[in-house]
Amino acid sequence: MTDALLAGELPLPPRPDYLRHGSTISSWLATTDHKRIAILYAITITFFFFLGGAAITAVRLELFQPNGWLLTSDTYNKLFSFHGIIMVWFFLVPSIPNTFGNFLLPLMIGAPDVAFPRLNLFSWYLTVAAGAFTVYALVAGGVDTGWTFYTPYSSMFSNTHVFAAAAGVFVVGFASIATGVNFIATTHMLRAPGMTWFRLPLFVWAIYATSLIMVLATPVLAISLLLVIAERVLGLPIFDPARGGDPILFQHLFWFYSHPAVYIMVLPAMGVVSEIIPCFARRRIFGYDFMVYAMLAIAGVGFFVWGHHMFVSGQSALASLVFSFLSFIIAVPSAIKVFNWTASLYRGQISFESPMLYALGFVGLFTTGGLSGLFLASIPVDIHVTDTYFVVAHFHYIMVGGSVSAFFAGLHFWWPKVTGKLYPESWAKFAAILMYAGFNMTFLPQFFAGYLGMPRRYHTYPAEFQIYNVMSSAGAAVLAIAYLLPLGYLTWSLFYGGNAAKNPWGATGLEWTTGSPPPPKNFDRQPRVDRGPYDYHAEGMSAGTDPPEMQNARETR
Amino acid sequence: MSDESALLREPWSNFGRQREAGKFGIWVFLASETLFFGALMLTYTVCRVEHPEAFAVAGRETNIWYGTINTAVLLTSSLTMAIAAQAAEESAPLRRLVLACLMLTAMLGLAFIVIKGFEYKEDIDKQLVPGAGFALSQPGAQLFYGFYWLVTGVHAIHLSIGIALVSRLFWVLLRRQLPAKDNPEIEVTALYWHLVDIVWIFLYPLIYLPGRAS
Repeated sequence: MTDALLAGELPLPPRPDYLRHGSTISSWLATTDHKRIAILYAITITFFFFLGGAAITAVRLELFQPNGWLLTSDTYNKLFSFHGIIMVWFFLVPSIPNTFGNFLLPLMIGAPDVAFPRLNLFSWYLTVAAGAFTVYALVAGGVDTGWTFYTPYSSMFSNTHVFAAAAGVFVVGFASIATGVNFIATTHMLRAPGMTWFRLPLFVWAIYATSLIMVLATPVLAISLLLVIAERVLGLPIFDPARGGDPILFQHLFWFYSHPAVYIMVLPAMGVVSEIIPCFARRRIFGYDFMVYAMLAIAGVGFFVWGHHMFVSGQSALASLVFSFLSFIIAVPSAIKVFNWTASLYRGQISFESPMLYALGFVGLFTTGGLSGLFLASIPVDIHVTDTYFVVAHFHYIMVGGSVSAFFAGLHFWWPKVTGKLYPESWAKFAAILMYAGFNMTFLPQFFAGYLGMPRRYHTYPAEFQIYNVMSSAGAAVLAIAYLLPLGYLTWSLFYGGNAAKNPWGATGLEWTTGSPPPPKNFDRQPRVDRGPYDYHAEGMSAGTDPPEMQNARETR
Repeated sequence: MSDESALLREPWSNFGRQREAGKFGIWVFLASETLFFGALMLTYTVCRVEHPEAFAVAGRETNIWYGTINTAVLLTSSLTMAIAAQAAEESAPLRRLVLACLMLTAMLGLAFIVIKGFEYKEDIDKQLVPGAGFALSQPGAQLFYGFYWLVTGVHAIHLSIGIALVSRLFWVLLRRQLPAKDNPEIEVTALYWHLVDIVWIFLYPLIYLPGRAS
């Protein structure tokens, strides 16, 4: 007996899901369906992920030997710059928000689409155009400023393609703002009846907090890059000390965006993990309210810590002290989240499916990255390790160990919902463990090399650091295999995988109450919500689209 | 009611809700724009604190007549835009007033750009473009004009987008492709237009008044 019959209605005629709703090229490229736009984004960022990965593969090969056996200094500088620019703005920033956020936000709040569907599509086209600029910068000869575009090097001295790369980042920033505006308006205006703010899944809260940062921080990045472009192209002297300009001003503007941008990258990851851990521990999330306030606190305080990137820039001792203090403060909400994820596991019926393995990997690597961040927030230690591999290891633990692990966690968790297909679970578990091992093999040695004084961004180094670099490069090879594996078995599952049921994990949340894959307008009937999220065990079932007495009837049969 | 169904867009089922979302969305975007111009004004402030005398000398070189006339033109355009937005919400049929005010708004915006063009011409003739052969000797003066060219340029781009939006709206309403009454696009466009005006109200004292008060 189906749900519709239980409710006393005639069964709905079978309708094509969103993937089979139209198959022409234009039905994809002109779509306003948030689910299809999410797929477009997924294809785009996968392309950029492997492009940025290819650049760093050459760098890691080079670092096997201390003497610069493979690349010239120029090529090396261009490769790590390209890696940084692509990975930050064309993979990490759009990764979880624009794929899972786009796909899941309307589903999770019970809406048929985002608030401004055409703006959503426009944002994807902006991303592609921006990517074309940046790839052009590479093809035309590359850019060697590092992803940070520090002045006066970028504005006065570098004779590489700074303009094209900066223009690419400038444009992708507007894609980011458009997406942020869209998600904020969607969360405010399109929640289903009964979906109150404190019944929102934590993933929705995470996307909401991320969108706030995108909207308020990205314009400042746009200005800092516009000033660099204006100085290079029009000769305006904003950062030129010879004409009275101030190169340090660039660092302030840049980090006013780029520190909050770290939270653009990691808050959505926290949201993903907050969905997965309760599901595979069969427990309500511990301290839901605190999780929400912690995310908002991270988003808010994140705007006032940028100066910890500038302890050696010559800023005043008082400014350094204040920024150091605030950087310690922001560790508190992050720690609350780690405690709450751990506490959610306590007395849970934990099962170790692949999404859970990735999610637990996230918690461990994020904690390591966060604790090493405290070293860097402390001024004396930071001065010792500034611009060394210690910093490189720290932020890769947060961004790759944290965000990318969570991206793969979400990919495996929602893959059956997005594609309607099941992937081979043992391969997925193997890849998850390999990724965790490969990651630590790659980046743990960098903490040691950096603490012993190996500076970042040089392609030759003293021979005593070779052991750490060989370990790191060997680990990177393992990591590369772990990243290629999902590409293989997930693609395989599209053609040969079994069909997924509505709710293969027995998870709560409105996205699991509709079909896999969902129909074009997401829900056949308007969902109504009458309970909070993560209601594992209360009635044993998820929040549904039908009245409680009917859900009870279904559960007892 | 037929008006409302012509204006209803995916994914909304309720027109009032759609209107509210449109307004809310543009307010969020305007917050973003505030940070955009705010960062530029911060840059100006830092440079001015470092070079107060040079900024006073450079400020005196600007042509306050062009600036003041342009301020008046832009503020008037805000008035016509506000009338258009209000007229669209009245219950009495005021379609012709909406159309007239939209056209006036676009024309005033265009007048601003033209006057700005004359001012740019004069600035170029006076060699006030930073670089070799710059007219003023103080090092900070080049910074002032760096800011001047950049911020007025960015403002002019914003205004041109505004003119395009208002003209498009005028054309669509004139051809009756969409009803004017309660059309949410009018108010959304108006909010954007007012922001561009408010930015100018901040730019006027920053550009034209340094060095003139004393």
